[in-house]
Amino acid sequence: MAQHTYKRYDEELGTLKERVLSMGGLVESAIRRSMKALNQFDVEKARKVISRDKAINALEVEIDEMTRTLLALRQPAAGDLRFIISTIKIVTDLERAGDLAEGIAEAVLQSQDHPLTHLDSMNSLSDAVCLQVSASLDAFARGDVEAALACVESDKRVNKLFKSVQRETLSYMIEDPRQITTGIITMNIGRYLERIGDHAANISEMVVYMVKGHDIRHVDHETAAALIKGTLADDE
Amino acid sequence: MANKQTGNFKLETRNVELWYNKFQALKGISLGIREHHVTAFIGPSGCGKSTLLRCFNRMNDRVDDCRITGEFLIDGKDIYDPKVDVVHLRSNIGMVFQKPNPFPKSIFENVAYAPRIHGVVKNIADMNNLVEESLIKAGLWEEVKDKLQQPGTALSGGQQQRLCIARAIAMRPGVILMDEPCSALDPLATAKIEELIDELKGTFTIVIVTHNMQQAARVSDHTAFFYLGNLIEMNDTHTIFTAPGKQQTEDYITGRFG
Repeated sequence: MAQHTYKRYDEELGTLKERVLSMGGLVESAIRRSMKALNQFDVEKARKVISRDKAINALEVEIDEMTRTLLALRQPAAGDLRFIISTIKIVTDLERAGDLAEGIAEAVLQSQDHPLTHLDSMNSLSDAVCLQVSASLDAFARGDVEAALACVESDKRVNKLFKSVQRETLSYMIEDPRQITTGIITMNIGRYLERIGDHAANISEMVVYMVKGHDIRHVDHETAAALIKGTLADDE
Repeated sequence: MANKQTGNFKLETRNVELWYNKFQALKGISLGIREHHVTAFIGPSGCGKSTLLRCFNRMNDRVDDCRITGEFLIDGKDIYDPKVDVVHLRSNIGMVFQKPNPFPKSIFENVAYAPRIHGVVKNIADMNNLVEESLIKAGLWEEVKDKLQQPGTALSGGQQQRLCIARAIAMRPGVILMDEPCSALDPLATAKIEELIDELKGTFTIVIVTHNMQQAARVSDHTAFFYLGNLIEMNDTHTIFTAPGKQQTEDYITGRFG
């Protein structure tokens, strides 16, 4: 795409994108580190994840300020407007995903007297969610609509994996009522991961809006694909 | 064709080409202007938007070496038909220019002049009513009702422009053409004209040429983007400013041009 007549505007948009990706990197790292803390019973690592959430929150505030300034001073239109609107929404999803990673770290602290076991299904879920988050951020960085759509679709697999975690945990709790406390914590962690997946899917939906101008929220996969290919009008 | 508007139009052009001597200013322009809607023409200087606007009331007739092909229609009838009375045509298609240009006459006479010479008003009472009604519609009545005999040129720039709008609507035209009507006005006077445009579209069909893209976004229902004599894209204004279909439109409205 050609440069703006105002070079500073290009720089400001470039900085905005770079900050969103930095925030995304911190969130990805928080999810991986909190899961590592869980697997290794590493309370110190969990505490670090909790304290690092401040950096994610600070980036949210900084990015919001940047978008407010851009809206007020540049009166963006078309692709620039869609990029800025998407950024505002994506940052909210990233911040919440960061909070959920912090929630996993807090669950590690809660369970330090009774470390959680039977984590195979949970780790499968976490791997799928991490992939989903990376894919959504890559799609944002490259403006890749196809990748974004695939990421939205991958949420179905994440939901299935979460159901497996629920079923498995429930059966452990039924077998041995002494495991109810750890079972509830396990369920919570699974729920946090599943929600992070939802936020990654939201981010991907915004990438589609950012690039194509189509709102694919709350429509099925086939309709979204048809919108992107231009075979369906937005109001249908 | 880049024009996505369909249906019945108040004004329509079909494959219009226009040359000033050897320079081609308009290239195959086909578009439709909806009745009681505001349509904005945008594009960089020299793109042909004002040229096209002026064709609608045949202001290029007097330009030497100007040659036009294609069709211009109002209510489905050919504007350039040799049988068309140009004076009558212009009374039906009013024009407001970039710089306010009131006649060097009183405020009252500025509005009354055209209806009088066209003989559309029978007596003084009707004329008084028409002047008042036109000034009310132009949002100027309250400011000038006590000084109707003062010269129109004594008003502020924004008031003069609204006087010109009152003068145009006194003939009860079907269409009002506006060629950058706010470019000589301050932001407050501009806001008043923009508000007025919104009110007037219930009665008139309005076509506005503007260099101010935010103004096009604020006041118009449909936007046409021109570049180098071509109609690049025409669509509803919301679509043009949020998700235009053509890269050239995107580059222009996001400030990436040239």
